[in-house]
Amino acid sequence: MAGEEYGVDILRVQEIRGWDSATQIPNTPAYIKGIINLRGTIVPIVDLRRRFGLPAVEYGPTTVVIVLKVINADRSRIMGIVVDAVSDVYNIAANEMKPAPDFGAAIDTEFVKGLGTVQQKMLIVLDIDRLLNAGELAAGAEATH
Amino acid sequence: MADHQPLLEQLKVVFFEEADEGLAVMESGLLELDPGSADSEAINGIFRAAHSIKGGAGTFGFAGISSFTHGMETLLDQIRSGQAQLTSPRIKALLHAVDHLRLLVEAARSGGKVDETRTDAVRKEIEREIEGHDTKVVPAVVATPGPDARPNVWSIIFEPNPAMMRSGNDPYLLLRELSSLGRATIEVDSTRLPPLEAFDPELIYLSWRIHLEGPRDEKTIREVFAWVEDECRLVIERQAAAPEVVVAVAPAQTNPTTPRPPQDPPVEQERRKTDLGSIRVSIDKVDALVNMVGELVITQSMLGQIERNFDLGKLSRLRDGLNQLERNTRELQESVMRIRMLPIRFIFSRFPRMVRDLSDQLGKDVELTMLGEGTELDKTVLEKLGDPLVHLVRNSVDHGVELPEQRRAAGKPGRGTITLEAFHQGSSIVIEIRDDGGGLKTDRILAKARAAGLIAADVQPNPEEINDLIFSPGLSTADKISDVSGRGVGLDVVRRNIRELGGNVSVSSEPGRGTTFTIRLPLTLAILDGQLIKVGDQTYILPLVSIVESIAMRPDQINAIAGRAEMYRLRDEYLPILRLHQTFGLAGGSQDHAGRLLVVVEGNGQRLGITVDDLLEQQQVVIKSLDTNFRRVDGVSGATILGDGTVALILDVAGLIAFAKGEGKKCSTTPTSSGRPWEAPQRRVDNI
Repeated sequence: MAGEEYGVDILRVQEIRGWDSATQIPNTPAYIKGIINLRGTIVPIVDLRRRFGLPAVEYGPTTVVIVLKVINADRSRIMGIVVDAVSDVYNIAANEMKPAPDFGAAIDTEFVKGLGTVQQKMLIVLDIDRLLNAGELAAGAEATH
Repeated sequence: MADHQPLLEQLKVVFFEEADEGLAVMESGLLELDPGSADSEAINGIFRAAHSIKGGAGTFGFAGISSFTHGMETLLDQIRSGQAQLTSPRIKALLHAVDHLRLLVEAARSGGKVDETRTDAVRKEIEREIEGHDTKVVPAVVATPGPDARPNVWSIIFEPNPAMMRSGNDPYLLLRELSSLGRATIEVDSTRLPPLEAFDPELIYLSWRIHLEGPRDEKTIREVFAWVEDECRLVIERQAAAPEVVVAVAPAQTNPTTPRPPQDPPVEQERRKTDLGSIRVSIDKVDALVNMVGELVITQSMLGQIERNFDLGKLSRLRDGLNQLERNTRELQESVMRIRMLPIRFIFSRFPRMVRDLSDQLGKDVELTMLGEGTELDKTVLEKLGDPLVHLVRNSVDHGVELPEQRRAAGKPGRGTITLEAFHQGSSIVIEIRDDGGGLKTDRILAKARAAGLIAADVQPNPEEINDLIFSPGLSTADKISDVSGRGVGLDVVRRNIRELGGNVSVSSEPGRGTTFTIRLPLTLAILDGQLIKVGDQTYILPLVSIVESIAMRPDQINAIAGRAEMYRLRDEYLPILRLHQTFGLAGGSQDHAGRLLVVVEGNGQRLGITVDDLLEQQQVVIKSLDTNFRRVDGVSGATILGDGTVALILDVAGLIAFAKGEGKKCSTTPTSSGRPWEAPQRRVDNI
């Protein structure tokens, strides 16, 4: 995405599907693209570019939705993230992962689980539980209790 | 009565489940409270939970829990009404009480016992915190002397002769009989057991030591053993003080031929908890479903045959096949829904006992008639309907039916009648609770409402509006607070619960003739008749029941108040307008109303005009929850999947009306503190 490679835990990936239109949800932040019908289940879709404040791009043929299982404190939810493309599957040992450096207030590294190196490339491993539960979504989760 | 017993057990399980939830609500609510600043909604929530537990405990005869909770409730009520300050010792006392209440509930569930002195200590702690304590709490406690009020305790040693079973006596039956007399703790003594090779299965090697608590005399106990008196050693002693034994063990499986120490109860509890999510379905419903699936398969293969070598001549057969498929699908849908349906008897059956106990307690003579017990409704609706109905029936016994003398003085028979009736009407189910009591006292309700500031002194509402006031929070016309009702929580909770189910509750009354509460509920929560509407490029669904009419807007009928709140003049009525484009922040919202349509919707007794671009077709939609994977969205009650596979949002009319009001509020100078003025009770949708 935007020239960088991001990683997510493969055990959390339920499926990868091509981008299809989503139904907008009123009064939600722009990074929530809407909801889609995943074989009868309503699944919300988050645009990862917008979530990170990256410039939006036109969705193209390689644009995909990664359907993930997100585990919150008390329940698990199914969500989708829109990314530019899916590149590869890497094995990274947990102890090879370096913690994200603290950039202070300049860059929010809260959602980064760590940095890995694969073939001299930096790979940013995301903490999807934090990412998709923070902010707007967490506020909603509280309201539903 | 005997065949009601298993059902009562089932209902008890539900009560324990609800009590657990209530305790959790109370605990988390209390923990969030700040001393000094009383958040009235939070306190109300805690109070309602306490009230529900008290009510349920009363219904099932757990007098200890009921009276214990009464004290907590009194304190909460004082805090709620501002009589008492919310201080940190008070919060602490309430938390202690919640902890102890959990012990009491747990003990009632497992048949165990809780140390009485601790109960008293915690109760005293609460009573100390009550403003001007020693005044209010006592009567309710005295009113129901529970079964655990200083029972006699007996110690029984029962040593049967080894050959006792030859005379046809089974010690298990005796022990069971014994445990029906009171709370029994049975210990088995297996020291006489021989090694296995010397074991004779027809002999008894065990003896028992029984602690029995119950207000019975020795004679009753001896009667149990009357048949075997000559064949055993029996020692019966009365014990002076209550024993320290805490856990009572059910006389489970003490079959002498397979001696085994009784260890079953914990397992038993686990099992009970897990099977709550299951449903019992009569076999003919399942058979009907199987038949339906069979037909569907036949239709499918027929269609498959047409498809294989298709030519235009087979068009009419294809059309027939599709018609049949449609019919099959509809029937299949109906019979699947029917599986979720349970007869309302499940709730009704708890009332005869409750009404009898209550009327005894209040010195009234009440007869309960129940009609339409076989009426079926959705399981989820049924489960959530229990509490509201209990409230209403209690209310009818307590406030509706008068004392026998008053009734005779009014020329009515001394025995009052309460009728519970359930029946279908169209696609909804109606439940009526009728009593032939004195009716609502409109003047008193009005006076109370004025005193409570619900109605301005110069407004003169009509009788229906006055009757409706009894559903307002904080209004009770009972002069004295009793264990039964009269705190003014009941009816607003009833209305809220019923609304959560997408239903409505209303009351009608005739002075001197009686009162009727009518509950109207949708048959199921899973499917809804919807009207598809188009706004911008989005499709939404409005529940058909909430639509009053749709009109083409005429620009000259629109007025704006203070430049913001728009009103539409429809005949002689002014309707607030909600522009869905703006509210939902959709693209393409022009200011021009001409040519647009106005859909007039009604919810919570208020009307609202919603601007839409187009009305599409009407169809039945299956409601899917947004909560499951996302969260609740204001103004939206759920989502559904349309025929083309896309997702459409189902609008929540009550929420939208609150939205419109919230926007009105924003224009005024006093924004609400929460910043979310449109927070409204929304229809909860179950995860399908």
